[in-house]
Amino acid sequence: MIDTALHATTGGESRAMAWFAERAKWRWPEFALWIAAFALAFVFPSRSALFNEVAILALFALSLDIVLGYAGIVSLGHGAFFGLGAYVAGLLAKAGGGAGLYSDPTFGLLVAAAVCGFVGYLTSFLVLRGADLTRLMVTLGVALIFAELANRMAWLTGGADGLQGVLPGKILGLVEFNFMHPEYAYLYSLSVLFILFIVARKVINSPFGVSLRAIKGNALRAGAIGINVNRRLNGAYTMGAAYAGVAGALLAQTTAFVSLDVLEFHRSADVMLIVIFGGVGTLYGAIVGAAAFKLLYDLLAAATPQYWQFWLGLILVLLVLFVRGGIMGLVSGLYARMTGKGETP
Amino acid sequence: MSAVLSTKNLVRRFGGLVATNDVTFSLPAGARHALIGPNGAGKTTFVNLLSGVLPPTSGQVFLDGQDVSDWPVFKRARNGLSRTFQINQLFADFTPLETIGLALSEAHAEGAQFWRRAGTSKTIVDEAVSILEQLDLGDVMEHRVGSLPYGKQRLLEIAIAVAPKPKVLLLDEPAAGVPEGEREQILEIVEALPKEMALVLIEHDMDLVFRFAKTISVLVQGALFVEGPASEVARDPRVRQVYLGESEVEQHLGGAA
Ligand SMILES: Nc1ncnc2c1ncn2[C@@H]1O[C@H](COP(=O)(O)OP(=O)(O)O)[C@@H](O)[C@H]1O
Ligand SMILES: [Mg+2]
Repeated sequence: MIDTALHATTGGESRAMAWFAERAKWRWPEFALWIAAFALAFVFPSRSALFNEVAILALFALSLDIVLGYAGIVSLGHGAFFGLGAYVAGLLAKAGGGAGLYSDPTFGLLVAAAVCGFVGYLTSFLVLRGADLTRLMVTLGVALIFAELANRMAWLTGGADGLQGVLPGKILGLVEFNFMHPEYAYLYSLSVLFILFIVARKVINSPFGVSLRAIKGNALRAGAIGINVNRRLNGAYTMGAAYAGVAGALLAQTTAFVSLDVLEFHRSADVMLIVIFGGVGTLYGAIVGAAAFKLLYDLLAAATPQYWQFWLGLILVLLVLFVRGGIMGLVSGLYARMTGKGETP
Repeated sequence: MSAVLSTKNLVRRFGGLVATNDVTFSLPAGARHALIGPNGAGKTTFVNLLSGVLPPTSGQVFLDGQDVSDWPVFKRARNGLSRTFQINQLFADFTPLETIGLALSEAHAEGAQFWRRAGTSKTIVDEAVSILEQLDLGDVMEHRVGSLPYGKQRLLEIAIAVAPKPKVLLLDEPAAGVPEGEREQILEIVEALPKEMALVLIEHDMDLVFRFAKTISVLVQGALFVEGPASEVARDPRVRQVYLGESEVEQHLGGAA
């Protein structure tokens, strides 16, 4: 609702500037979420291995949300970049042998991001050639090719035995990964997620980000106002691929192991579920979706070891059918009610 | 004659149907041109061919004398060819402010900037607000587009096309579906557009057509049937017979002469 007093006393221009500023503003639940996420490392250090998995999954989901939720590209093969990133970081850490630049975890992340971004950029042209169904098939096909390549190139990847001897060095030359202290790994992954989240948030709120939402909203009109639709989508896909690569690299570094499992189809499917579960095109949906997915998975797997997939599927179906916009749809409705504001468009 | 937009032997088929039949057409800068014809005559198809939404079956489109026949929509738009759609093509989840801000940042070639917040360019925001106020959208600029009344959405459909200050603006039935009382406002807005902007208006209401147009083309079954100054077209016996009701033309002859 427009504040009528403000409306009367200030010009349209300042009202407009204020509207844009308001929209991108950080809200208290965001701060709360991040503080809670970091606090977990100190409150429940022993559960940090699980939290670390969630943080990595969240980053992977964030990367798909950029591709699916903002660029509107339905990808069933996003795991290709996750797996590629994992192998790049794993091979680097192996080459470094635990010291020096190659084993430097941050360097590993940068290289994984660069390699996956580059491969993402190249494949984006293939993906964008077709319409929705073709795109889906291309993403799936690329992922299958990657999985098969990793399998065949056993001399490099270790094949079915997995990549042995992954030795990441000290983080920023200071702290060493330590299996006695899984919270180090969690804090490392969470910090990377946090930084990349801030970057994504900034990009999404930029003119580029607005144009992505426009393309997803109405590609015909987007073209008619002069937007080079495909070029913007190339950019978004590249960014999503780089992010997925970093997520894969985090897994390789924090577990000191890479196996063919990183390129398996279920990863692409899980991450798709997580994004839909959390709320497509919301950024935060990726994080709460990953946490909820992991939590549900653990609860259901413990309670009904044989039927957990059934229950997970049922919950997903109910959520998609009855709650528009996934968990974030619920949350933003609640937030709107609490603050007495209408949903911000 | 310097045509800002023209076509040469333009043809578009849909299967056996010839929706655009060998149209050679030329629009001078600053034109006030109406494109009329019965429903299904091919007016929208013609606009789709001009703007690049549809590829032609054969023939060419020229923008500023340059052959743009194989240019995509966005490239024609960037080179000064803008259009509205008969059926609104808006961003339902945006606000009018954000919509026009987006159109302007594209026009200023700032649309790919990814490291600053949208809405931090004061020039663009000020310009957006001034356009929105001109088009009577100032009051609703922070509302969700999808929940605006139809008349306001129609105004936004025009605003988004006008914002980049195009050389040519194609208006495909801008007043379609708008309640009688608000049609006048739409025509006033169209009439107030800058003189140097070439306008093509598709419209069924002959009052509005004759008030607005200096020149008229009549399209029948995909082909240009008659074209010329508005007063001549109104007098043309073939037009009277085929398209306009006799009485309605009589009515406008006085005003147009
Ligand atoms: N995409 C399409 N596919 C098949 N036929 C079409 C298509 N678009 C338009 N037509 C046909 O072309 C003819 C002209 O349509 P149109 O250009 O919309 O006419 P107008 O705008 O003058 O009412 C109509 O017979 C219509 O059914
Ligand atoms: Mg039409």
